[in-house]
Amino acid sequence: MMTNPSKIVTQGQFSFLPPLTDEEITKQIKYALDQGWSLGIEYSDDPHPRNTYWEMFGNPMFDMKDPAGILMEVNNARKTFPNYYIRVTAFSAVRGVESVTMSYIVNRPKAEPGFGLTRQETGGRTQRYTIHSYATDKPEGERYK
Amino acid sequence: MNDSNDENSLPANNTLADDALVNLEAEFEDSNVKEVLDKLDNELIGLVPVKTRIREIAALLLVDRLRKQFALSSETPTLHMNFTGNPGTGKTTVALRMSEILHRLGYVREGHLVSVTRDDLVGQYIGHTAPKTKEVIKKAMGGVLFIDEAYYLYKPENERDYGAESIEILLQVMENNRDDLVVILAGYKDRMDTFFHSNPGMRSRIAHHVDFPDYSADELLQIAKLMLADQNYCFSPDAEKAFSEYITIRMTLEHFANARSVRNALDRARLRQANRLFANASKSLSKTDLMTLEAEDILASRVFLEGKLDMDSDAIEE
Repeated sequence: MMTNPSKIVTQGQFSFLPPLTDEEITKQIKYALDQGWSLGIEYSDDPHPRNTYWEMFGNPMFDMKDPAGILMEVNNARKTFPNYYIRVTAFSAVRGVESVTMSYIVNRPKAEPGFGLTRQETGGRTQRYTIHSYATDKPEGERYK
Repeated sequence: MNDSNDENSLPANNTLADDALVNLEAEFEDSNVKEVLDKLDNELIGLVPVKTRIREIAALLLVDRLRKQFALSSETPTLHMNFTGNPGTGKTTVALRMSEILHRLGYVREGHLVSVTRDDLVGQYIGHTAPKTKEVIKKAMGGVLFIDEAYYLYKPENERDYGAESIEILLQVMENNRDDLVVILAGYKDRMDTFFHSNPGMRSRIAHHVDFPDYSADELLQIAKLMLADQNYCFSPDAEKAFSEYITIRMTLEHFANARSVRNALDRARLRQANRLFANASKSLSKTDLMTLEAEDILASRVFLEGKLDMDSDAIEE
């Protein structure tokens, strides 16, 4: 039930679509750059939806004019972490802080085991529910092979 | 353009039929390159070999575009360039124009110029250079990367110098990302020759070696007038004569840096003009007074008095 029919994690934009091609990613990056946003690349192997802060792959890229450089970095990240989730995040500085305005996954592990539902009995026959990623049963770095 | 034989053209992949006709002139107008080339002609005095070369490059790119319409594909031409010339001959200015021309012809996507020197590319410790160089390259993607004084990248006297690493990355990008960015190197002729001698890979990856000639005295005077006009100043007739004398003498002295020396001389003349106006402060001044440089503003230069450089002049700069 917790996994959607496509059996992939659906987080951020475009996640119900087939994986973005490099060309499509370039267009999305171009859009973000045209809006004056900066882009960063982040990776993680813990797909829990509440895990907002992923590891940064290098610094966010400021002062960029063209998507080619960022795509190059995306491909670098894919080469370094082929079995991790990798996302591209666009930050807008309009509010005086770099706030996330776009975020989409550009790389995911080959097999995604999905989430299980955990039930907890508490006082007065109350049930508490939580979701748990099967992948996180294994230690960090060994979750997706 | 291909109305001669419409039914034979293949609209699916936009390829024109073999006997279709295209109009080079229309394409030329269309690309707005003419405007940039005209601007180049008007705003840059002299530099005939450079202008010819740029015209040639523009023509090649334009013809290439037309060829593409017939699906006569050829590889993206290598556009990396090397500008050599003495100080103050306009290398940076032309590089700026070049990025505009390439942008109009659609060979660089954004048309911005990232101007860097050794400091921006080479790191200070092991492992610092590669990310630094890559950072700069990423910023220059879609535009032109202009490396000023490029010969500093390679220091043969120190074999552990990190510059070599930077060159290696540059070479790789120049080969693999030819569609993404154009690299322009600039530097003094003799030092660039040594640089290329020790980096033959660099030489072979650069298609266009453009040499910037020194300006003649006449050209420098024209440049001076253009610079003054930009700042809303002008020479009085006497001052113009004095300045052309100044240039003749200045050219024989050491540390002569072509247009840059002219600019410095004009800056000092403006200083003296302001001083002169201030000395007669009681007199009310007209607009012409404020605009005109008189002969005395120029003749006060030490170049005339002692045949030496002004103390505060460009003696320090090379």
